[in-house]
Amino acid sequence: MGLLDKQFNNSNIIITSVDNLLNWARLSSMWGMQFGLACCAIEMMATGASHYDLDRFGIFFRATPRQSDVMIVAGTVTLKMASRIKRLYDQMSEPRYVISMGSCSNCGGPYWEHGYHVLKGVDRVIPVDVYVPGCPPRPEALMEGLMKLQEKIRNYSSVKKTA
Amino acid sequence: MLTEFGRVFIFFIVAAIFVAAGLVFAWLLRPHRWYPNKLTTYECGEEPVGNALVRFNIRFYIVALIFLIFDVEVVFLFPWAVVFQRLGMFAFVEMLVFLAILFVGYAYVWVKGDLDWDRPVPFIPSTKPEVTHQLHQEATI
Repeated sequence: MGLLDKQFNNSNIIITSVDNLLNWARLSSMWGMQFGLACCAIEMMATGASHYDLDRFGIFFRATPRQSDVMIVAGTVTLKMASRIKRLYDQMSEPRYVISMGSCSNCGGPYWEHGYHVLKGVDRVIPVDVYVPGCPPRPEALMEGLMKLQEKIRNYSSVKKTA
Repeated sequence: MLTEFGRVFIFFIVAAIFVAAGLVFAWLLRPHRWYPNKLTTYECGEEPVGNALVRFNIRFYIVALIFLIFDVEVVFLFPWAVVFQRLGMFAFVEMLVFLAILFVGYAYVWVKGDLDWDRPVPFIPSTKPEVTHQLHQEATI
């Protein structure tokens, strides 16, 4: 057990300050995991490239789950890929966050009814923090989703016990 | 009073404290929640097959070693070539000696067949003393 992680019942000035510092550090450098599944990945690459430039948010993509904080599930999650995604999510170190990008990973998208090979939403295998709608979402939408995630991290307490 | 190397020693102490403090703070702050799936080897999402500690063929090692030797030779040759004009005859002869020594090693490797991927089967001498059946019979009687 860590000395600070989920150890405190009441918030006081030290704990809230530590929380603020940790949250600021975490939301200012959300390193994404470098993988894409379908056409949403093209939009994700466009968001990371120089025109939309995710680097200015402190976000850039790492090639291993050990070094990444955010998993952007960009595209159609087939049943074959679902077990891989679960394994990759397990291999990420905590704190870890998941952004579901696009209709396919949100709910199955156009494969909702007749897609015999598509998972009907990535939240059936891993917990999702932010859903980004669109087919595919524009880079602005993905950036909005990342900023929503930053807001979520800002209000998170890593030292207080969860109810 | 501190000597010059005393300052280096202080530098090493500060470096050790800096690294240790970073590790201790990370240990204090990070969550310690692990389960077997989290500790599995990362292999692009696939289930790892076998162990990473497998034996490689010795031939890779020989090729790498020969490459390293001649790589270092080039490292020596470049600065020599840059100031070649000023060094004169002595340095030229010395470099020729150096190259000759390495060339002997190269020739040795070539003759021994280490540069071929399919190595020739070496001749292994064996001893089989010619003691005939008749001699055995004579000894036992």
